[in-house]
Amino acid sequence: MESVGKSMKRVDARGKVTGEARYANDLKPKNCLTAKVVHATIANGRVLSIDTSEAEKVPGVVKIVTCFDVPDIEFPTAGHPWSVEPAHQDIADRKLLNERVRLYGDDIAAIVATDNVACERAERLLKISYEEYDPIVTVDEALSPGATPLHPNLRKDNVLLHTSFRSGELGEIDYEQAKEKAAQKYGADQLLEQTGVYKTARIAHCHIELATSWAYVDTNGKVTVTSSTQIPHIMRRVISQALGWPVGKIRVIKPYIGGGFGNKQDILYEPLNAYLTIACGGRPVELEISREECMVSTRTRHAVRGEVKALYTRDGKLLARTMDEYSNGGAYASHGHAITASIATIFKDLYHDEYGCRSDATTVYTSSATAGAMRAYGVPQAVFIADCLVDDICAAGGFDPLKFRMDNCVGAGFSASNGITYYSYSMKECMRRGAEAIGWEEKRKAYEGQTGPVRHGVGMSIFMYKVGVHPISLETSSARMILNQDGSMQVELSATEIGQGADTVFTQMASEITGITPDRVYIVSTQDTDLSPFDTGAYASRQTFVTGKAVKKCGIEFRKKILDYASYMLDRPAEELMIWQNRICEKLPEDESTKIDPAAVWADFPDVDFKPFDLKDLPNGEDSILRDTGNIEGRPGKALLDMKDLAQTAFYSLSRSEHITAEVTSHCKENSFASGCSFVDLTVDMPLGKVKINRIINVHDSGRLINPQLAQAQVHGGMAMGIGYALSEELLYDAKGRPLNDNLLDFKIPTAMDIPDLETIFLELDDPMGPFGNKALGEPPVISVAPAIRNAILNATGVAMNELPMTPQRLVEAFKEKGLI
Amino acid sequence: MLQIINMYVNGRREELAVDIRESLLETLRERLNLTSVKKGCGVGECGACTVLVDGVAVDACLYLTMWAEGKHILTTEGLKSPTGELNPIQQAFVDEAAVQCGFCTPGLIMTAVELMGKGRKYTREELRKEIAGHLCRCTGYENILNALEKVVGYPKEQGGE
Repeated sequence: MESVGKSMKRVDARGKVTGEARYANDLKPKNCLTAKVVHATIANGRVLSIDTSEAEKVPGVVKIVTCFDVPDIEFPTAGHPWSVEPAHQDIADRKLLNERVRLYGDDIAAIVATDNVACERAERLLKISYEEYDPIVTVDEALSPGATPLHPNLRKDNVLLHTSFRSGELGEIDYEQAKEKAAQKYGADQLLEQTGVYKTARIAHCHIELATSWAYVDTNGKVTVTSSTQIPHIMRRVISQALGWPVGKIRVIKPYIGGGFGNKQDILYEPLNAYLTIACGGRPVELEISREECMVSTRTRHAVRGEVKALYTRDGKLLARTMDEYSNGGAYASHGHAITASIATIFKDLYHDEYGCRSDATTVYTSSATAGAMRAYGVPQAVFIADCLVDDICAAGGFDPLKFRMDNCVGAGFSASNGITYYSYSMKECMRRGAEAIGWEEKRKAYEGQTGPVRHGVGMSIFMYKVGVHPISLETSSARMILNQDGSMQVELSATEIGQGADTVFTQMASEITGITPDRVYIVSTQDTDLSPFDTGAYASRQTFVTGKAVKKCGIEFRKKILDYASYMLDRPAEELMIWQNRICEKLPEDESTKIDPAAVWADFPDVDFKPFDLKDLPNGEDSILRDTGNIEGRPGKALLDMKDLAQTAFYSLSRSEHITAEVTSHCKENSFASGCSFVDLTVDMPLGKVKINRIINVHDSGRLINPQLAQAQVHGGMAMGIGYALSEELLYDAKGRPLNDNLLDFKIPTAMDIPDLETIFLELDDPMGPFGNKALGEPPVISVAPAIRNAILNATGVAMNELPMTPQRLVEAFKEKGLI
Repeated sequence: MLQIINMYVNGRREELAVDIRESLLETLRERLNLTSVKKGCGVGECGACTVLVDGVAVDACLYLTMWAEGKHILTTEGLKSPTGELNPIQQAFVDEAAVQCGFCTPGLIMTAVELMGKGRKYTREELRKEIAGHLCRCTGYENILNALEKVVGYPKEQGGE
């Protein structure tokens, strides 16, 4: 490979270090009006009236709209591809502004003025009267008899969704019956049981760029919204739904964005922004919310509680598990229905239970911040529950957590009930490498029988993560390539750069397939739904996989068109030609001695539990995978023609003028699992409740890496996010549903002083599903960090911390309770 | 109420009429179009709007423009050489993959420039403390520290990490 697999520098790095890269708010016009959202100051109830008369007199105020003015249209906000089947469509449960108040801070009015001071002054003069109901902030309150339904037309019992999955014999029999069967097989005295209740916290994404947009009505009548979003094409559809306007009259532009982490995989205030510019006669209106609004009025990660039970044998064989999990979904559905299923699925699939697993997950509407997509989509919660349970089993049964996982984790060739299969399986090899790197055996031994106030521990956790959303939902992506007069090319996509390095890896892929060097591949970073081909955007760690296939397919077609033209110019068959480093060359047979033997690649991984597969046996055969058909086969011979000369001729030839472009849609019907683990070595100062991470290692099998340096950077960020999740982050509410720490001072994301050096290990197994052997990487790094830290604290102190975050206060309380301090 | 202020921004003298309540963040972004100065919170929590005022790193969101009378302001736009070469810290950020979404980057670079101006070297632990006022959600700070070490850290042979 010429470009793929190399640590090419980011194509956007220069623009970002010079401050010249433009983000949504940097692009707004000078004459932009400013909008401010007015939020409810009760957590549950109804707006009876809003008197705007005094507020409207404030100099500079242009327009005030209230929940009584907006269209009577409820719309969904989840950033999913639309489903043509009504049963699978996202839940439409909010209006642009809501008369029915469902959380403290619900959006009830908006003020547009010439400046933010006028907005603030006007807000203070609004006279708002409410009818107030009891807040239902927690899951228990929302499920209690007599609780006010937040969405009576949709859910009378506040249950957004209940999902129940069963595997193995637990599909037929219940846990107690499985226990009886196991008693007959193993003897009742050989069976042990473990129960547990594990809780994770509600957290905020804390992308450093605020949620921001600005909108105007263009001369052609289109409402045009420039937004900080991960999903421009989905946003266009949702704005259309929210306004009741046709999709063609909506245009969304997505420039560079300052992080998203799933919050911007939701439609936030853009439909309201579009409505406000229309309400102001099409004048440009900016709507940038504050950090405080960003924390509680956008989306959060679901806080969950998992009640679990496990049956296992005295020699460490997992027999059956059950989980009853409850997620606090907040006031609106957002992605809650899909995340529920994600939590239930991964808890069930991560380990193999002889008699199977029952996994029940319930997401509940409450009057608190809406929970939605956040990096790894419910899986960090599911793995926290699953891997706390495993280490509690190990502590009770006297098993080594590494060996127990080796014996009981998901196995090679695993195929999920929906058909997703572990083709390149390396869970156990990841564990071996991580254990070796941290010195697992020596440390477990050294840390036995510690006394005193300061103790050391080592812990681990594992994860699996599917790539993209097929077959649960649609995976489709388009790519366009255009040849320039100098033999360079443009790549146009609607897969979005959100900081993860998408533009760079697509540049590498396009270069790999076309033979045009990366410095001459110009990727268009900005998406404009009027110009950019369709793709659903950045989520589900899908883009290098799903969009990568589109780039590969498009590259093959583009290459073919170039070679056809070269064939015409050189009067030689196209099959004899190839493009190499911006030149048309003679194509020589591949040098057998340098050809990579797949078997040799696997020989690097002697311990990998890998079953060879025939490409023909894969779900969609060879064609849709493109693994062996897309790469350039052959090696370059004599250079015959420069791409620049070819392009000039193609553009301007008087005999055959041809503007060489290619555009394809790739409907991706493949999936695979990425996997890996975290290992942590730490020191706990018990009287201070202080945890110092000495070493933390993430091991990842994400298939072949397109850009190793960027892949490593991506893992660093996920690990840091996992450390914050473990030790410090929690969005707090009082009993009335009022947020207590909705700012970056009191909501503690890690600073550079809170993060140790971050170690990464990659196993680059070739996955047959990925366009270049690659699998998901964006989200996985966050998943297994918090349970690994929790399990290391358990190893150090013998204290099982069952609730995140493990703050000094919680730790000290737990150590006191156990009489350790 | 508008008042006239004179200050030097990226080496150029600026005479501006500004609202006396205006923050330096607002003046630089809205009046001078220096959009490298990013707003992440507006209250001094995130560090994204860091600029140098007479060589000292400050959160521009907490600094009233009226205080800048006669002072020299430096933003990331002012770092490139006249022929477009990157400043060594900018180049280090590129080379070490210290940039992801890029939103915290200009602020961090300005703090690094402040450190470069002190004429001393820093250990990795000292650097962690120096950048603790900057929040980054993408990088885990690992590659940012690597980039800083390259420019203001101790060389390895002198006990650097």
